[in-house]
Amino acid sequence: MTNVTTLVAARGLTKHFGTFEAVRGIDLEVHRGEAFGFLGPNGAGKSSTMRMVSCVSPRTGGELTVLGMDPNRDGPRIRARLGVVPQLDNLDTELTVRQNLEIYGRYFGMSRARVREKAEELLDFAQLTERADDEVEPLSGGMKRRLTIARSLVNDPELVVLDEPTTGLDPQARHLLWDRLFRLKQNGVTLIITTHYMDEAEQLCDRLVVMDGGKIVAEGSPADLIRRYSTREVLELRFPPGEQDAAAVQGLADRVEVLPDRLLLYTDDGEAALSAAHNRGVRPASSLVRRSSLEDVFLRLTGRTLVD
Amino acid sequence: MFAVLEYQWTWYRRNWRSSAVTTFVNPLLFLLAMGMGFGSQVAAGPATGGERYVVFLAPALVVTTAVQTAMFESSWAVFSQFKWQRTYFGMVATPVTPAQVLYGQLLWVALKLAFGCTAFLLVAGALGALRSPWAVVALPVGVLSGMAFSALLVAYTATVEKPDSFTGLFRFLVIPMTLFTGAFFPISQLPGWLHPLAWLTPVWHGIELARGAAFGTLHVLPALGHLAYLSALVAAGVLLGRRSFDRRLAV
Repeated sequence: MTNVTTLVAARGLTKHFGTFEAVRGIDLEVHRGEAFGFLGPNGAGKSSTMRMVSCVSPRTGGELTVLGMDPNRDGPRIRARLGVVPQLDNLDTELTVRQNLEIYGRYFGMSRARVREKAEELLDFAQLTERADDEVEPLSGGMKRRLTIARSLVNDPELVVLDEPTTGLDPQARHLLWDRLFRLKQNGVTLIITTHYMDEAEQLCDRLVVMDGGKIVAEGSPADLIRRYSTREVLELRFPPGEQDAAAVQGLADRVEVLPDRLLLYTDDGEAALSAAHNRGVRPASSLVRRSSLEDVFLRLTGRTLVD
Repeated sequence: MFAVLEYQWTWYRRNWRSSAVTTFVNPLLFLLAMGMGFGSQVAAGPATGGERYVVFLAPALVVTTAVQTAMFESSWAVFSQFKWQRTYFGMVATPVTPAQVLYGQLLWVALKLAFGCTAFLLVAGALGALRSPWAVVALPVGVLSGMAFSALLVAYTATVEKPDSFTGLFRFLVIPMTLFTGAFFPISQLPGWLHPLAWLTPVWHGIELARGAAFGTLHVLPALGHLAYLSALVAAGVLLGRRSFDRRLAV
């Protein structure tokens, strides 16, 4: 059932490229006003899903409604109310910052007077007013990204779809972008974000799904997922090379993960596990008790193997 | 579609200087060198319609220049918007459809061709290379011939992943189309087996129309035939282009 508060609904959604199945039957619902995240390693099918939701890529199978309409039939009408931030910037680097905003507004059929006014407002939002009449080419990566995000807002979209908005940016640029995205959310704009930064997902997303191999492997709020797929705390024990002995800590935690240089003990009480290990004569070079993070969930669900 | 055109115009306004100068200097160089210089060695005769060589040359060069301009406007310029700047992908994330991107792009090429042909005729007129007011027929004919080539090439460019083939196209298609389709000498001078190849090119049809109009030797039926052939190429290019733009932009 699609009602006014469900902006995106997918059932059994698939996307094939030739014989390659990028998205293998996913179900999801995104509600008005929430920030919804897609987490997953490279090649998990996040971007393909995003492109179908953005109505730029036709689906192979399943059902999909965006803003209550079918992208196959009403693509232009849906896109008129969406904002899209693609993974790769597609700004015109030979035009000025302002021209990029204005011409984009024209694609939405806005009047010249309206796009001029809107560009001014967005320049301020993206903190680019001082560079308004400079060419885009020499701008920093963070500025280009901010401009791409500002550009996606030119039509006052109800739903903004962001594919890896902060990949490749320095910490300052990322924090500034997060701040802008928070502001959008406060203004009632619905956000869909893909990322492989766990801190970004924890910061921004009310609800998220973890994708792997074209499927959704988990769904919930960040706190939910941590509760379900990890323990409250993690005890990290580091050892000098060759002295690590996983057998010595057997039974001290719900789950023990063995890495080349350290042991991760998933437990609800890290300090208790640490003193128990000491009592058994385990002498790590260093130890750390920390809260479980989304990263632990992510690695548990999608594995530590490198995906390219 | 018109917003796409407006984008091209916005871009051109920032980068127009070098190309605008070329638009005027190129015809000047060609008409001076080939028309006046080389042409001074060519006697006026039946092959030149009894006119000086430069007068024989001018209407045809409008067409060949249009096709050369179409080559550049439809290859690298279009490729860049798919691959380097990726601006087309930005456009189709808005209500603009891939087909509208194509139409806007083709409209832009047509405008540039119209500008180029006008510039050529102005230069030719100033050099006294136009003898009849009918020479202005070369303007719409040049645009149509250029678009016949452009529409097909744009459709092809949309399928290309690397720009390597463009240089080859220019050398082995556009240059022969310029040299061996009747602009500089009648194709009756070519071996017979080459005639059908010349007839396939939009350039030959364009030259027949433009020169025929300027010299008053054009008959209605052949004229309609040439127009029909050129229009058919445009139509085929647009249809193929719609398919290739869809495949490239909506994947």
